[in-house]
Amino acid sequence: MPSTSELVEKVISGDVRSVARVIRDIDDGIPAVRDVLKALYPHTGKAYVIGITGAPGVGKSTLVDQMIGHLRADGKTVGVLAVDPTSPFSGGAILGDRVRMQRHSMDEGVFIRSLATRGHFGGLTQSTRSAIDVLDAMGKDIVIVETVGVGQDEVDVVRSAHTTVICVIPGMGDDIQAIKAGILEVGDIFLINKADREGSDKTLSDLRLMIDMDQKKYESGTWKPPILKAQAVFDQGVTELLEEIAKHADYLRSVYGDLRFRARKDKVREELAEMIKNRLVETVLRGITDTGEFEEAAEAIVRGDIDPYTASDDLVLPKISLPDPE
Amino acid sequence: MERNRRLRVMVAKPGLDGHDRGARIIARAFRDAGFEVVYSGLHQTPEEIVHAAIQEDVDLIGLSSLAGAHSYLFPAVVEFLKERDAEDIQVIGGGIIPEEDITRLKAAGIREIFTPGSTLDDIVAWVRENVNPKE
Repeated sequence: MPSTSELVEKVISGDVRSVARVIRDIDDGIPAVRDVLKALYPHTGKAYVIGITGAPGVGKSTLVDQMIGHLRADGKTVGVLAVDPTSPFSGGAILGDRVRMQRHSMDEGVFIRSLATRGHFGGLTQSTRSAIDVLDAMGKDIVIVETVGVGQDEVDVVRSAHTTVICVIPGMGDDIQAIKAGILEVGDIFLINKADREGSDKTLSDLRLMIDMDQKKYESGTWKPPILKAQAVFDQGVTELLEEIAKHADYLRSVYGDLRFRARKDKVREELAEMIKNRLVETVLRGITDTGEFEEAAEAIVRGDIDPYTASDDLVLPKISLPDPE
Repeated sequence: MERNRRLRVMVAKPGLDGHDRGARIIARAFRDAGFEVVYSGLHQTPEEIVHAAIQEDVDLIGLSSLAGAHSYLFPAVVEFLKERDAEDIQVIGGGIIPEEDITRLKAAGIREIFTPGSTLDDIVAWVRENVNPKE
């Protein structure tokens, strides 16, 4: 095992094995990785982060593959985090996003990593954020985070991005309904992929209508999310998407003056709250699981000896003065 | 963050063989065993597989070949792992592989070969017994 400072040096110099290992430690929740992340922090803040989300099958991975091609031709280095769901039954996962991007696997300027959602106690956002920091510290100019936009967790993940792209395809009426329920607000750019399919104009006008209903977007000086059409598999509309992303970056620069994620107090507050929450949940839950108190309480509730409200109070309140989990 | 190492496996199809039904079934069996499985897709060169496996920090690479080129492709993966200083990643293989090739493949560093007739349970059990997530 290399020391923390060796590992940090290697990550900064772009050593692929070390980067891969640190991301694994983040994912596996190894306490020592905190020190690595602390040491890497001063080296972060340079990468531009793009979030890509949408329902399964809309072509996100194919789109990311084409984006990598264009960004590389432009001389940019690219890191990709492709998040796929963990099976709730076995805890395992099949991570297949890479299949569409394999042509870039030999390119030293590209680092692609598949992540499973696992059973993180809402910690997916934090671990993905940390993985972004690692790719940022290794010197990648652009980091693309791809998630299946189905749950709040996945939506929260793309909130760590500078620009969030929401992908849809024509003819999925219910899909647009689902977007309305929560992720419409986080979209900076909307992309209708597979736009040669029937109904793409209808999808466009539906989307336009829903975005227009959000009046805040029409106050002067605010960003109005564009809606683009694309056929990612034929590399059509990808250049236009990258142009819009660049425009959005200009907009962010004009509003905040600084593109660093941690230069924005709203983002910092979100992240800090998330970290504190995870730290507390992790510590308390591990404490009562390791001692068996959690199981005992569950059994007592099943037997009818106690109600869950009292049981949770009894478990948590004595832990209020928190020990160091390390 | 949860503090547990989860086994990560790459299931890969080296060479020009286009038959990936077996690889997909293995990938599912591994998922159902609780492993995280990265699938490489078809037509990968040994070097591409090794690059991807390192980026993904897997513990094990499972190679599938039904087209007869295993004697070249499987050892090539082991060689590239050595070259990249990643010998800690173990390699196993499966497919239509004649008995007489198995000894040679094992001598070349492939840990185990599973041929037709191996059950999914056998393969999963072998992995559980022989591959530990890295510390």
